[in-house]
Amino acid sequence: MSDEAVTGLGTAKALGPKRSLLDSERFLAIGGMTPAVLYILVLVAFPFVLAVLLAFSDVTVGDPSLDLVGLDSFRQVMADPVFWQSLRNTFVFTIISNALVVIFATALALILTKDFKGKWIVRFLVLLPWTTPVSLAAVTWLWTLDSIFSPIDWVLRQLGLIESNVIWLGQPDLALASVIWVHTWRIVPLAAVIVMAGMLAIPTEIRDASDIDGAKFWRRTFEVEIPLMAPIIGVAVLFGVILTVTDMTVVYVLTRGGPTHATQVLASWAFFKGIEGGDLAQGAGTALFLLPVLIAVAAFILRFARRREIL
Amino acid sequence: MTTVLEAERRQADRRRRWGRIGLYAMAIGAAFLAAFPFLWSTITMFKQDQDLYTKANNPFWFTDPPTFEHVAYLFTNTEFVTFVVNTLTVGAAVVVITLALSLPAAYSLARLAGRWGERMGIAIFLVYLIPPTLLFIPMSRVVASLGLHESLWSLILVYPTITIPISVWLLMGFFKGIPRDIEEQAMVDGYTRAGAVIRTIIPLVFPGIVAVVVFAFTLSAHEFIYALSFISATSQKTISVGVPTALIRGDVFFWQSLQAAAIIVALPIALLFNLFLDRFISGFTMGAVKG
Repeated sequence: MSDEAVTGLGTAKALGPKRSLLDSERFLAIGGMTPAVLYILVLVAFPFVLAVLLAFSDVTVGDPSLDLVGLDSFRQVMADPVFWQSLRNTFVFTIISNALVVIFATALALILTKDFKGKWIVRFLVLLPWTTPVSLAAVTWLWTLDSIFSPIDWVLRQLGLIESNVIWLGQPDLALASVIWVHTWRIVPLAAVIVMAGMLAIPTEIRDASDIDGAKFWRRTFEVEIPLMAPIIGVAVLFGVILTVTDMTVVYVLTRGGPTHATQVLASWAFFKGIEGGDLAQGAGTALFLLPVLIAVAAFILRFARRREIL
Repeated sequence: MTTVLEAERRQADRRRRWGRIGLYAMAIGAAFLAAFPFLWSTITMFKQDQDLYTKANNPFWFTDPPTFEHVAYLFTNTEFVTFVVNTLTVGAAVVVITLALSLPAAYSLARLAGRWGERMGIAIFLVYLIPPTLLFIPMSRVVASLGLHESLWSLILVYPTITIPISVWLLMGFFKGIPRDIEEQAMVDGYTRAGAVIRTIIPLVFPGIVAVVVFAFTLSAHEFIYALSFISATSQKTISVGVPTALIRGDVFFWQSLQAAAIIVALPIALLFNLFLDRFISGFTMGAVKG
C-alpha cells in the first residue's frame, strides 16, 4: 500500500508539468463547493419544498399523514380575521420601522465616520441593540415598558404629564408603537454599519474636492454625502426589511401578539398556529405569505449585484 | 485687508467649534437612546426588592444600598449556567461545521470557478434571504423524524444553514484580497494546489477565519425561532430562549435576575463585536470587489 503511494508520488513528480488530480482546477472547484452546496440543498431546499407541500395539505400534529388537499388550508387561514390583522401589522411594522431606520441610520453613520474623543465607547453603546441577542434585548424593553415600574412612566410622572401609568404594552395603539420602536432601535445599528461600509467605498477624492470648494457643512452633507450614500442606504434598508418582516422574537417576548392579537404578525401567528396549536398545514401556509416580500427583496439585491455598484 | 481675513478666520473657527459641539451632542444623544434599556437593566440588577418595587423611588438611583443577592441567585438557583453551557456547546460545534464547509467553498468560488463561480456566489448569498421564519415548521418535522427533537443536536445540525452562506461570502472577500501569485509561487516550488493553499493562503486569511468564528458563534447565540420550536425541555435550552421563557414563571418575574442575565450576556458579545467590527466591514466590502 505504502509502496504504491510512494511510486504514485514519484510518477507525479517525474511527469513534471502534468498535474495530479489535486491540481486540476475543475476538480478542486467542484470538490470545494460540493459539501457546502449539499448541506444547503438538503437543509434549506428540502424543508422549503416541504413547507409548500405542508401548506397544500391538512397535516396536524395529531394526524401527521401528508394528504394534499389543495387550497383548503389556505382558505381556512384566510377565513380567520387574526390572519388579516397579522398581515396588516407585518406591513405596518416593516414600513414604519424602516422609514425611521433610514433617518436614524444615516445620521448615525455620519456621526460614526467623524473622528472625536470617546468614539470607542459611543460606538460600543450604539451597537449594543444589534449585538445583543434579540430576545434578551426585548427582555430589557419588557422591563423598561413595565406596566407599573417603567422608568419612563416615572419621568413622565415627575414632569406632571401623567397621573399613574401609561401601560405601554397593554393598549393596542401603544403596544403597536412600542413594537415599532423596538424594531427600529435594534435595526438602526446594523443599518448604520452597512452604510459606513459603503461610505468607505466612496473615493475620498470626491469628499476632498468638496472640501476645497469650501462647501459648507450642511450643504456638503445633503448635496454631496447623502446622494453618494443613497444606494448603500438602499441595501441597508433591504436588510432591515428582511429582519422586520421575518421577526417574531420582539412580538413574542413583549406582547405574545396581544393585547387580543393587536400586535400579532405573520411570523408569530404562524408559530402560534403551527407549533403551539399543532396545525402544521395552516402554520406553514401562514408563513408562506412572507415569500412575495422576500422574492421582491431578492430581486432588488440581484439588480444591485448586476449593476455592480456595491454588492 | 488683514482684518477682513482675520474676521473670516474667526468666523470659520466659530463655525468649526459649533460643529464639534453639535457632533458631541448627537453622539451622546445616540449613545443614550441606544443604551437606555441596558442602563435601566444594569441599575435594576443591583436593586433590593423593596427599593425596586416602590413606585415613588427614583428608579435611576439606589434608595436602599445596592445588593449582589439577585445576581448570585441567577447563578445558584436558576438554570442560567446550563443555558450558557448549552449555548457555548452549540456555538462551538456550529463554528467547526461552518469553517469546515465554507473555507473550501469560498476558496473555490473566489479563485477557481470563474464567472460561473460568481453566479454561484450570488446564489449562496440569496440563500441567506430564506429566513428561519419560512422554514421552522417543516424543519421541526425534519428534526422530529431524525429523532433530534428536544436535543441540542437539532440546533447544531440546523444553524449552519444560517452561518454557511454568510461565512462563504465573508471569506470570499478575504481570499480575493490575496494576490494569486502567492499560491502560484508555492505551486511552482512543487506544492500541489491544496498544499500551497494550506501552507500559504490559510495563514494569510487567518483574520477572516477569526471573523467567521465570531460571526458564526454570535449568530447561533442570537437565534430564537428554531430553538423555540425544537426544544421545550429547560435543560436543553440556549440563552436566547431559556432566559425569556424559563426565567419568567407565570406572573412571578425575577426582574433583577432576569435583567442581570441580559446584561451578563450582552456585554461580552458586544465587546467581541466591537473588536472585530472593522474586520467585518472590510470583509464585506472586499467580498463586493470583483476578483
